[in-house]
Amino acid sequence: MISLSDFLIVAAILFGIGVAGIIINRKNIIVLLMSIELMLLAVNTNFIAFSYFLGNNVGQLFVFFILTVAAAEAAIGLAIMMVLFRKSGTIEVNKLDLLKG
Amino acid sequence: MDNHLVTLAVLVALLPLAGALIAGLFGKKIGRRATHGVTIALVGGSFFLSCYLFAAIVLLGHPPIDAVLYHWVTTGAYQFNVAILLDHLSVTMLFVVSFVSFMVHIYTIGYMADDPGYERFFSYVSLFTFAMLILVLANNFLLLFFGWEGVGLVSYLLIGFWFKRDAAVDGGLKAFIANRVGDVGFVLAIAAVLAYFNSLDYHTVFAQVPTVLGKTMTLFPHVQVSVITVICVLLFIGAMAKSAQIPLHVWLPESMEGPTPISALIHAATMVTAGIYMVARMSPLFEYSPAALSLVLILGATTCLLMGFLAVVQQDIKRVIAYSTISQLGYMAVALGASAYDVAIFHLITHAFFKALLFLAAGSVIIALHHEQDMRKMGGLAPYMPITYLTFGIGALALAAIPPFAGFYSKEAIIEAVHFSTTPGAHYAYLCVLAGAFVTPLYIFRAFFLTFHGKKHYQGEVYESPWVVLFPLIALAIPSMMAGGMLIRPLLFATPRLLGASIFVLPQHDVLAAWALDFKGAETMALHASQTTAFWLAVMGVATAWIFNMARPEWTDHLKTRFAMLYRILIAKYGFDEFNQKVFVQGTRRLGEFFYKVCDLIIIDGVFVNGSGKFIRIFAQMSRHLQTGYIYHYALAMLLGLVILLGWFVLGF
Repeated sequence: MISLSDFLIVAAILFGIGVAGIIINRKNIIVLLMSIELMLLAVNTNFIAFSYFLGNNVGQLFVFFILTVAAAEAAIGLAIMMVLFRKSGTIEVNKLDLLKG
Repeated sequence: MDNHLVTLAVLVALLPLAGALIAGLFGKKIGRRATHGVTIALVGGSFFLSCYLFAAIVLLGHPPIDAVLYHWVTTGAYQFNVAILLDHLSVTMLFVVSFVSFMVHIYTIGYMADDPGYERFFSYVSLFTFAMLILVLANNFLLLFFGWEGVGLVSYLLIGFWFKRDAAVDGGLKAFIANRVGDVGFVLAIAAVLAYFNSLDYHTVFAQVPTVLGKTMTLFPHVQVSVITVICVLLFIGAMAKSAQIPLHVWLPESMEGPTPISALIHAATMVTAGIYMVARMSPLFEYSPAALSLVLILGATTCLLMGFLAVVQQDIKRVIAYSTISQLGYMAVALGASAYDVAIFHLITHAFFKALLFLAAGSVIIALHHEQDMRKMGGLAPYMPITYLTFGIGALALAAIPPFAGFYSKEAIIEAVHFSTTPGAHYAYLCVLAGAFVTPLYIFRAFFLTFHGKKHYQGEVYESPWVVLFPLIALAIPSMMAGGMLIRPLLFATPRLLGASIFVLPQHDVLAAWALDFKGAETMALHASQTTAFWLAVMGVATAWIFNMARPEWTDHLKTRFAMLYRILIAKYGFDEFNQKVFVQGTRRLGEFFYKVCDLIIIDGVFVNGSGKFIRIFAQMSRHLQTGYIYHYALAMLLGLVILLGWFVLGF
């Protein structure tokens, strides 16, 4: 039997990978978007795990919302990335420093 | 009767003001003749009204009038009024002031004849007369102060009348600043009076003196000083500046840069005596402060002697008379210090006549020599200008206290008063005034001989001045001869005395009562002058002046080389100017420079203004490095923040 804590650990690892992906990644914005997706999925995992173990379906309902919003967000994120590429000719994260002081 | 006299008194003061306004605002439009016509007529009217008031109050014995004209300021418990006091002292002063002012107005027609500022001058002189009359008429300290500042202002304007000359501008400034120093004392005195007496009206204040008598105040920690003494000393500081007592006398010689009529009116006869008048007016206060009286006595005596010496070495005829004025003011202060207020006023009156006369006569010489004031370039003028010569001679005899001229009586009275006085310092003062009795004739007859006798040094024609100049000379020469003998009995020995209840003297200070036992009448006094030391000193003074300037002029040079050190000290005027220049002027400048460099440039500009800018700049320069523009740095920062906040929240710090 897989316990709640196992799910939570997996979710935490996924979230940690997502965060690490944002911080460590220096090259590609797509990886950034993917990392964000990963973090959202970690949260989803948590929702489902709690929903299952507490016997409350509302948690799974939330996951659908999050998936929908995440899809929309990914679409918008990719669109912004396209525009950014057209403007600056690059999507490398360590070259995008327009706000440098 | 009361209302009628009050109206007249108000007119006395306001007529010159009207003259000043007309001359000042419309002078250029109505022209020179009309300007002097109007102002002289108005001041003349003021003079005749003063005579009437004098007659009504002093001669006919009308009781003193204290009349409120206008509520100036009402504030809480206090009320300040424009109110006048007509008593023996004020009407006597009114008479003297308006008389001399009237004479000087007439004289000005001649003296300022070819000056472009003719109308302006008349306007100022009339304004001065107004301010001085207000000063005299005031029945409270505030109105007194108004007049006091008014005369100070006009004095400044008139010293700097020829504002294109640097010396005149500087002289005006010096007078103004020296008087401000005195005003600090005066204002503090008024404040103290208000604080302890709750009123500024003379009669209220004087009536409360016994209740304040025992009170003390803490000036310095652990030092208790009698309130009356503090008030009197502060008042006298005000008087010191106005009446040119050491060490605030420095402005008076410089004031000679003004036109001569002004030197006569303001800086000899009237304004400078305001301090003396004020102290006499405050006699009910001063009487209860032996310390203040002693201070007045000693400073007066010192001024009287030291300034007399200075007059001996001056070359400018006006400066001789200026130093003489300071010295004579010293005499008056001595009389005040000896509690002989009547005597001080007596000398004030006679001095007003003969000193105005001397100045105007000197002015007449100056006109004749086309504004030459150096006595070394004069000489032998007697045959060319006989009336000036004669009147100057009368003035000089009066000043030198030769009987029966006016100065003899008043100066003799001062010497006798000090002789009988028991105020601490009276012995010192007695010696000073006796020595002064020798020095006074010495300097004035030196000026007299150098100007009118000997060889004529002036190249060019010399003519006697026009009648507008000579008339005031003659009009002033008469009282210079007669006033002393006529006034001595009513002023000093009659019961009641001419100044009546205006002057308050404690019985134990009443030196006049002591002297009255010896007094046998004015004529006897003049006839028996040869029995007094002062008379022989005066004669010796005249003789010395004659020897050193006429008979053996080379002795003067001999003395100069023999006592070179002493001569240098006298020429340097005891170094008062240098001292002020070094200590106060340079000191103030240094202090200012210090504050400018340290407080302003370093602290305010450096630290606060530029410092805060610099700090922001440095701070921003450092903190801009935090702003890398890389998204992952921000994400990291956010994460760290999140971790810290969560940690705080969870661990519950």
